[in-house]
Amino acid sequence: MTLDSGATAWILASTCLVMLMTPGVGLFYGGLVRRKNVISMVALAFLSYALVSVQWVFCGYSFAFGSDVGGFIGALDFIGLSGVGMEATNLPIPDILFAAFQLVFAALTLAILTSGVAERIRLSAFVVFGLLWTTLVYDPLAHWAWGGGWAASLGALDFAGGTVVHISSGFGALAIALVIGKRMGFGENSIEPHNIPMTLLGAALLWFGWFGFNAGSAIAADGLASNAFMVTNTAAAAGALTWLLASSIRGKPSSVGMVSGAIAGLVGITPAAGFVDVPSSLVIGGVAGLICYGALLWRLKKGFDESLDAWAIHGVGGLWGAIATGIFASVGKTGLLAGNPYQFGINTVDALIAVGYAFVVTYILAMIIHKTIGLRVSDDEEYVGLDISQHGERARS
Amino acid sequence: MRLIKAIIKPERLDAVKAALEEAGFFGMTITEVQGRGEQKGISLQYRGGTIEVDLIPKIEMEVLVPADKVNEVIEAVKKGAYTGKIGDGRIFIIPVEESIKIRTGEVIRD
Repeated sequence: MTLDSGATAWILASTCLVMLMTPGVGLFYGGLVRRKNVISMVALAFLSYALVSVQWVFCGYSFAFGSDVGGFIGALDFIGLSGVGMEATNLPIPDILFAAFQLVFAALTLAILTSGVAERIRLSAFVVFGLLWTTLVYDPLAHWAWGGGWAASLGALDFAGGTVVHISSGFGALAIALVIGKRMGFGENSIEPHNIPMTLLGAALLWFGWFGFNAGSAIAADGLASNAFMVTNTAAAAGALTWLLASSIRGKPSSVGMVSGAIAGLVGITPAAGFVDVPSSLVIGGVAGLICYGALLWRLKKGFDESLDAWAIHGVGGLWGAIATGIFASVGKTGLLAGNPYQFGINTVDALIAVGYAFVVTYILAMIIHKTIGLRVSDDEEYVGLDISQHGERARS
Repeated sequence: MRLIKAIIKPERLDAVKAALEEAGFFGMTITEVQGRGEQKGISLQYRGGTIEVDLIPKIEMEVLVPADKVNEVIEAVKKGAYTGKIGDGRIFIIPVEESIKIRTGEVIRD
């Protein structure tokens, strides 16, 4: 395919936008933890980014986008990015740019998962876990949806990563949270966010970066990218408003709730962004805000310490988005409402398989690491906080 | 009058407040402080050596009460702050000569 300079410019820019989402997740989470763990939380996002960046060029890209092996995983033909060059082959952008664009998605996904281990993970254990997780969970899921795997060949739609990024990180976060156990004093002492403005700043970076995430996934600078841009923003706004409204029934309208709703809307629209029109995005985003808020309340009632709600927002929101794509698809594809029940069926099945795969593999992987090298810091280390115990630093002295 | 000054774990503040309210004591002043006791802080052991965390965040709480209410306050603070682990804190009782309300100029003595 001939190289399109417009598309190339936009994907270069989109890659930068999505890159910023990873430290954005770090700031979002960093504000929600106690002051003694803020450095740890932001550092885990940067560490995720660095780890996956290296893993991706070494083997991750090849596992995800190498030639198909049984519909499950890519072969090692691109190991060390060999054969991934500056020319455009299958897409109108250089192969190496596509690899870079996909890299920032993979890195973000691991950062989202750190919600489940907040304020109690051992840094060295996270390095081991993170490398194995991105290889064993993210790379296969990316291959299924985008690398020519079984989900794509059966026609399941995932425009920008509802199953690959959000279901995998959300349900992965829940699984590892169950393995690592609750934070000391959870449900007993109050554990409150130490810096809500930091969380709002993180949310701003996420919303901003999401334009690259969804509109960039068109791999073109065209009308489809523009439609994805608009439905993304609409869904985010709708999610912010519905969550704010729902939470105001139980108390004051919380700012953290509002931005959580925006992220829920963004997650919900992610798999659908290239396949739905603007009115549908209002519904997808608005319903995402309500469902994710409900999931958060359920999680609290059950006493699960999936600490910063990656499961409620990314996991449940991603599941809703994948199903909603099968319902509302009308741009280029048809969904249930346009008389295509197959799309609804295959999207739902694909999403549920992704849920099962991400949860089970993460659980087993986390359990193996927990029983061997140990995922969790000692009680004393947890009490003084991970900033001092893992990094030897304090946020403010 | 007595000033009751309690050094407690920050995470027990809500429980101590609740216990005091339950016992009918509402006025208090809170300060975030750092300190250590006989254990000289917490030392974390690593293969590469030791990290000493010699000052640990605490809450200092001051409650002013008539002398005959001192024991009730002590019991409430103990109830809220107790975990049984090292670092639960200390309570000090300090005699107070008088207390003056700034707005009204009222002077309170026992």
